[in-house]
Amino acid sequence: MSTTIQDKKNVVILFAGDSGDGIQLTGSQFTSTSALVGNDISTFPNFPAEIRAPQGTLAGVSGFQLHFGSVNVYTAGDVCDVLVVMNAAGLKANLKTLKKGGIIIANTDGFDPKNLLLAKFPKDVNPLTDGSLNEYELKTIDVTKLTKTCLEGSGLGTKEIDRCKNMFVLGFVYWMYNRNIDFSIDYIKETFKKKPEIADANIKVLKAGYSYGDTTETFMNRYVVKAAPMAKGTYRSITGNQAAALGLIAAGDKSKLKLFYATYPITPASDILHELSKHKNFGVGTFQAEDEIAAVTAAIGASFGGSLGVTASSGPGIALKGEAIGLATMLELPLVIVNVQRGGPSTGLPTKTEQADLLQALFGRNSECPVPVIAAQSPSDCFDAVYEACLIAVQHMTPIFFLSDGYIANGSEPWKFPKAKDLKDIHVKFTTEKNSENTFLPYKRDEKLSRPWALPGTKGLQHRIGGLEKEHETGNISYDPDNHEFMVRLRAQKVEKIADYIPEQKIEQGNGKGKVLVLGWGSTFGSIKTAVKELIDEGHDVSQAHIRYLNPLPKNLGTILRNYEKVLIPEMNMGQLLMLIRSKYLVDAIGLNKIKGMPFTAAEIKNRVIQLSKS
Amino acid sequence: MDTLLDKPLTAKDFTTDQDVRWCPGCGDYSILKQVQSVLPEIGLKREEIVFVSGIGCSSRFPYYMETYGMHSIHGRATAVASGLKAVRPDLSVWIVTGDGDALSIGGNHLIHLLRRNFDVNILLFNNEIYGLTKGQYSPTSPIGKVAKSTPYGSLDHPFNPLALCLGADATFVARSMDRDPKHLRELILRTHKHKGTSLLEIYQNCNVFNDGAFEVFTEKSSKKNETIFVEQSKPLLFGDNNEKGIKLDGFTPIVVNVNEANVSANDLWIHDEKDRVKAEMLVRFFNDATADNHLPRPFGVFYEEERNTYEEDFNQQIENTIQQKGKGNLDDLLRGKNTWEIN
Repeated sequence: MSTTIQDKKNVVILFAGDSGDGIQLTGSQFTSTSALVGNDISTFPNFPAEIRAPQGTLAGVSGFQLHFGSVNVYTAGDVCDVLVVMNAAGLKANLKTLKKGGIIIANTDGFDPKNLLLAKFPKDVNPLTDGSLNEYELKTIDVTKLTKTCLEGSGLGTKEIDRCKNMFVLGFVYWMYNRNIDFSIDYIKETFKKKPEIADANIKVLKAGYSYGDTTETFMNRYVVKAAPMAKGTYRSITGNQAAALGLIAAGDKSKLKLFYATYPITPASDILHELSKHKNFGVGTFQAEDEIAAVTAAIGASFGGSLGVTASSGPGIALKGEAIGLATMLELPLVIVNVQRGGPSTGLPTKTEQADLLQALFGRNSECPVPVIAAQSPSDCFDAVYEACLIAVQHMTPIFFLSDGYIANGSEPWKFPKAKDLKDIHVKFTTEKNSENTFLPYKRDEKLSRPWALPGTKGLQHRIGGLEKEHETGNISYDPDNHEFMVRLRAQKVEKIADYIPEQKIEQGNGKGKVLVLGWGSTFGSIKTAVKELIDEGHDVSQAHIRYLNPLPKNLGTILRNYEKVLIPEMNMGQLLMLIRSKYLVDAIGLNKIKGMPFTAAEIKNRVIQLSKS
Repeated sequence: MDTLLDKPLTAKDFTTDQDVRWCPGCGDYSILKQVQSVLPEIGLKREEIVFVSGIGCSSRFPYYMETYGMHSIHGRATAVASGLKAVRPDLSVWIVTGDGDALSIGGNHLIHLLRRNFDVNILLFNNEIYGLTKGQYSPTSPIGKVAKSTPYGSLDHPFNPLALCLGADATFVARSMDRDPKHLRELILRTHKHKGTSLLEIYQNCNVFNDGAFEVFTEKSSKKNETIFVEQSKPLLFGDNNEKGIKLDGFTPIVVNVNEANVSANDLWIHDEKDRVKAEMLVRFFNDATADNHLPRPFGVFYEEERNTYEEDFNQQIENTIQQKGKGNLDDLLRGKNTWEIN
């Protein structure tokens, strides 16, 4: 056998197959193992909304894309180096993302006449045998048969044996990339603690897949992707939704407030609830309400009682919460609203990503209802961004939006997690004394223009709050025309004033001025970062700035924008930040818009910048 | 205010400096007065009490109570109160709502609050009309109700609110009326006393848009024959001289004359607040008062049951987890199970 081992800087693998093939597990196992050897990583799980979409069909294809490297990676990759397909539909749906000359590993059993028909290949056409894949490096394995042979005499039924198929593939890919399989063995043992026969079967098949690579002389090459040059420290892998959950717990812990998380199940936000509900030993209260409106109003009730009230949803649920967010604006109580955005409108694309709820967050309520908005840019950044949202909510007595989206919520990356002691302090001081001559004024303001947080149970500070317009300071109902205008302006100023407490906008890459600025927000960060980095390396005059604070915007943003000849704003929407920037700064920014439920590739951004540079 | 500490509070101590803005003659005044005078008797401090309301005439209530309060949004007082009570079991939480607020726009939250059994008190002012929006029919208006939005009569079959609440497994269900202050007062006390969600429906007259909706139950001339005030362990009697009683004929309640030779006092229905089956029959005494052979409308506590409250279980679960796993350590949580070092 003459296998050679080659060094690779970075590799993109896409695992694809039927929803029931265990694709997500295979992908996440390979991810964790790669993380452990110190690769930088970015993942993109992509699956259908149906739990068990019709087997073998294009609609039922589940994918898990993983980009790992010995260099820093910021996206899950534009094109794949390796496509692992469990069936014909998996190949058909994903072949377009495989680079020319890329490797295809195909389970031949998934290309039987029935599967070919379901994947809508013409009669008697099998891409594995008709030469149509000649420009790729094709490796066919009868995974089903090999798995069966491996488990002969194990006493397991056909169904159970079939479920081990993905482990064969995982073992084989581990062999290809010269990985240690111990992490997955431990994982299998832990997962099937109560079913040792299943654990044994999975481990046996995993090992068989690895040995298959060793003993068959099919591939001439194996690859090694060494550790990436990352900052020193201890890392873990984390998804955006996990990071958001941890950020909320951390904010509760540091502020010494009870976290009360009220929500109604919705994709792709539910995993935050699942994660939080495991950690009740942090004093976390989770409340699965009867609907979206009950969730937000229960969170408001909890904030009134002195807890950190948080509600979460995706776009359709946020639409239902609108009226209550208006109430929280009037009550001037802390409330964190998490929106893990997905494709819309209406039910839209539940499992696909989009960032089209920015204007909803900013303006999706009746009347003048300003609410601060903060957005995360990557999976691990969800931790910092939601923590920051909690801090602003309690220190400025305001509802606040934290925006994430399906891409970063389900995607994962290595995270150099912080030490608890290094997290910013969140000071909360409940008012216990009267704040005016022998009386308590619930709407008297401090230097931040925020009102006191006086909890029920506090003697002598009894007061009534509500959604009707308030008289300045007393909080009594007032229909006075001048008072109304005064209060509308005051609530706007209060939110605007947060700009005094947030950092200035920084330039992520490039010079502080020049030809093109690529301006983004949210989950487009990785694609923009990759594109701009490559462009700078190639000698283009281009810079990147990425906005975290979308309302209020950083004070210096206008100055930055005017330092560039052209501003390009890539967004997974029809141009929402674009509209804000154009109207607020009168800058003739240009949009790059993609609304496919899929993140940008770096190449898409790169091409547009090059075009712009030439014009 | 410190001087008040030792003195017993009075109704005046529960009155705010805000002008009460209900229409003159509104039944709400009577309810407000009873609540303000009952609270001192309960012995809670003003700061320990929170009134939460939704939208509607009744929902202005918190502004007039010198306690903590929130006037929230239409139909959602029950949900706001749920969140508040979950995190603050120490507070005495009262929900003031109306037939539109609780049963129409807020119907969903009401049933879920009841099944969860938060220890809160609901005062449901039922006037069978939308008052604040100026006179449309409500979910408790009778079929054929001619109102602003239904000049040819409403088509909707009305809710039987207490049957609905029992259907949602409410642990305390009662009815009173604005025009019987003594009874109302007693029932507010009972409502407070019950641990779990207490639902008190109060027939309340809207003298502007639906005057006299409950006249037949509240007017002296008809009250004795059209109502029946149930009391624990006592027979169901009514009529001018308590000469009429309710007896069960199989599963059918019938009216009998207790003075007749063939009727024995032992045959009468004895009220038992713990008897769920009978409570479900009692709340079904809901016929139109003009129908032949109709049953009188009952008032009083129909059903009371002890069941764990949601907030107890909610906080107990947190405590149990802390006991089992130890108090959470943030650094351990952030670290997770699998880490690697970059040197």
